[in-house]
Amino acid sequence: MTLVFQPRDDVLSWGRAHRGRQSLGRPADASELRAWAAVDKGPRLARGLGRSYGDSGLHAEGRLIDMTCLDRFRSFDAMTGLLRAQAGLSLDTLLKVTAPQGWFVPVTPGTRHVTLGGAVAHDVHGKNHSWAGTFGRHVRALSLLRSDRGLIEITPQSDPELFAATVGGMGLTGLIVEVTLQLTAIASTDLVVETLPLGGLDDFFALNLQSLERFEQTVAWIDCAQRGSKLGLGVYTRANWATDGGCVAQGDRRGPSLPFEAPSFALNRVSLSLFNQAYRAVQLARPRRARLAYGDVFYPLDAVQNWNRLYGRSGFYQYQSVVPHQGGREALADMLRIIGRSGEGSPLVVLKTFGALASPGMLSFPRPGYTLALDFRNRGQATQALLARLDAVVRAAKGALYPAKDGRMPRDMFALSFPQAQRFLTYRDPACGSDFLTRMGL
Amino acid sequence: MAKQVIILGGLSAVAVATARLYAAQGATLAIAARREDELELLAADLRVRGAAAVTPFALDLATADPGADLPRMAAGLGGCDLILIAYGALTDQARGETDLGYAAEQLTTNFTSAAGWALAAANLLEAQGQGALVVLGSVAGDRGRRSNFIYGAAKAGLGVLIQGLAHRLAPTGARAVLIKPGFIDTPMTAHLAKGGPLWAQPEAIAKVIAKAATAGGPIIYAPSFWRLILLAIRLAPAGLFHRTRL
Ligand SMILES: Cc1cc2nc3c(=O)[nH]c(=O)nc-3n(C[C@H](O)[C@H](O)[C@H](O)COP(=O)(O)OP(=O)(O)OC[C@H]3O[C@@H](n4cnc5c(N)ncnc54)[C@H](O)[C@@H]3O)c2cc1C
Ligand SMILES: NC(=O)c1ccc[n+]([C@@H]2O[C@H](COP(=O)([O-])OP(=O)(O)OC[C@H]3O[C@@H](n4cnc5c(N)ncnc54)[C@H](OP(=O)(O)O)[C@@H]3O)[C@@H](O)[C@H]2O)c1
Repeated sequence: MTLVFQPRDDVLSWGRAHRGRQSLGRPADASELRAWAAVDKGPRLARGLGRSYGDSGLHAEGRLIDMTCLDRFRSFDAMTGLLRAQAGLSLDTLLKVTAPQGWFVPVTPGTRHVTLGGAVAHDVHGKNHSWAGTFGRHVRALSLLRSDRGLIEITPQSDPELFAATVGGMGLTGLIVEVTLQLTAIASTDLVVETLPLGGLDDFFALNLQSLERFEQTVAWIDCAQRGSKLGLGVYTRANWATDGGCVAQGDRRGPSLPFEAPSFALNRVSLSLFNQAYRAVQLARPRRARLAYGDVFYPLDAVQNWNRLYGRSGFYQYQSVVPHQGGREALADMLRIIGRSGEGSPLVVLKTFGALASPGMLSFPRPGYTLALDFRNRGQATQALLARLDAVVRAAKGALYPAKDGRMPRDMFALSFPQAQRFLTYRDPACGSDFLTRMGL
Repeated sequence: MAKQVIILGGLSAVAVATARLYAAQGATLAIAARREDELELLAADLRVRGAAAVTPFALDLATADPGADLPRMAAGLGGCDLILIAYGALTDQARGETDLGYAAEQLTTNFTSAAGWALAAANLLEAQGQGALVVLGSVAGDRGRRSNFIYGAAKAGLGVLIQGLAHRLAPTGARAVLIKPGFIDTPMTAHLAKGGPLWAQPEAIAKVIAKAATAGGPIIYAPSFWRLILLAIRLAPAGLFHRTRL
């Protein structure tokens, strides 16, 4: 079989703001991928489940290799939790198999519909960064298919530099074919969750202080429509894995799907503010301490398929920044003030804390500080101008922006965020590129 | 209840999805396909997903010997609840019209060899007095169309054979079922533009197969709306039909 590529206008990233033609091929298995790679040395980029928001997973000038059919488990040791699988395997499928046996991914993003390859390539983080660091810290080995070196196996010991370039390397060091990951033992598939009100930003810092050491998972939801004394109004959740109750498979509780793009007026200042008030009330109506299944704790958004269509035809941008602990409080307040005044912003505003555990990748985003993430529907120039005002705050605070969530960061913000970028580029696979890389002028 | 399953053409996308359904239920599987390295990878995958045991058989199914090979597979399992024939090839119609050697080869893959496996399977299931033979046909077998009648003819022939086997097996406790899928998003259709309500995922077809293994048939359209579409296509008068390019 030879790999077929098709011109596609419907291959989008999660933010749906980047439109254009992509050439996509989906190898049926590793043999088909290797056979293609043996003859085609042209420009390419791996694609996972397309959950990155911006253009890091797109490549208009090359070929996109959809890795999702390379989804075989290779081995899993239920005694040690060591897993080897092909990189197109989704966390969703992985967890269906391992969670009932008492093993969970050590770090998970806010959706389980990402591939292992995508999780490595953006060195993703979860709500437990202070405890576990990033995803890449738990990767024990990778196999990489490069245009110049063929299929190679790398570990943090065997090739520390290429490994550090690949973790967080946005697919630019070659196609990740297999991943060896150390899972974490759990005694239950439930978590014990505490839900607490945040009256303002100060409450967040106070709660953080007493929670980070005692709770593995911590996150705050912020109502970005609030201003003045209510700036930072929200809900704080903190959770630990339950220590009893056993592990049970969690079925597909696939909820409704948004079948088409919502009209652009669906989200406005009024609906946003109403939604946020209702959301906070519902959260806080929950018992302060509750036992919840992991799906409800980590993946509430997965319950609505294609929720990204809510932002209409022009799509949206997510803006995720990190600002250092030092001076972070003022920077967060500044950003929230700018957002509150604009009346833009979205219902889904998340504030998390990054701890001291070092990130393993040259282009890893997490570093000690506070990370704020929220969506902005794409209203063209107005949105760009608003995000530029946020850039100014992040720049002044010596913070950074997250490429997985980006679609518009100016080049100087990238340089500021990733001082190792030039070193990284020496490990790039010469055939790999992306729309993000092109936009950064690299 | 743990099941014993034989899959012929285990590397087809539909077969992989079906094998994974059974693996998750702790089934014991024998899987035949011709590419040994990928077959081993699949076997390991199914074991991690919960299969009690998986035995791979590296075979070219178009040239193997069903009368000897199938009993060998079944003996290893100690019985058999389902035999799935999933392999097949989408014939290049234009090539087949001029390259007659190629056409004959395609008919061997899609009909002659599959018929051999089906006959061997029927004997085995009849002797057991239980179990199901499930075979992947195609809606392409419902009416000869200029764009794919060589493939369609093979699938039509297979359809009549399975229908006959279902008739023969009816009093024995064993069953035979033909599944007729429409468009499935698999490597077989990688060259086509996809999307829209007519396209099914292999996982959806796998569920139809698993259901067919316990009840229903002998002919099942997958998804079921294809029954109506094909009814209309079969009823269209030739005078009208010949003016289309279907
Ligand atoms: C609702 C939601 C919540 C999220 N929450 C978080 C969060 O909490 N923390 C966080 O860090 N991220 C989060 N994300 C972002 C997401 O985890 C990352 O964007 C992730 O990389 C997506 O993986 P994917 O498989 O969809 O890859 P894609 O988006 O398809 O690709 C992402 C990048 O990975 C590369 N890539 C993919 N597969 C391979 C491979 N096999 N070999 C080499 N390169 C590859 C691509 O080239 C691209 O650069 C969230 C996303 C969504 C939609
Ligand atoms: N896809 C559709 O739209 C569609 C629609 C209707 C019916 N069907 C039928 O559904 C079945 C499954 O198809 P699929 O879509 O899953 O296609 P697929 O993924 O392309 O699988 C076809 C499989 O058949 C195998 N095969 C072909 N000749 C073989 C031989 N001589 N020996 C061993 N294996 C052989 C191929 O093996 P290799 O991997 O070694 O090549 C391949 O794994 C087929 O019978 C097909 O005709 C498909």
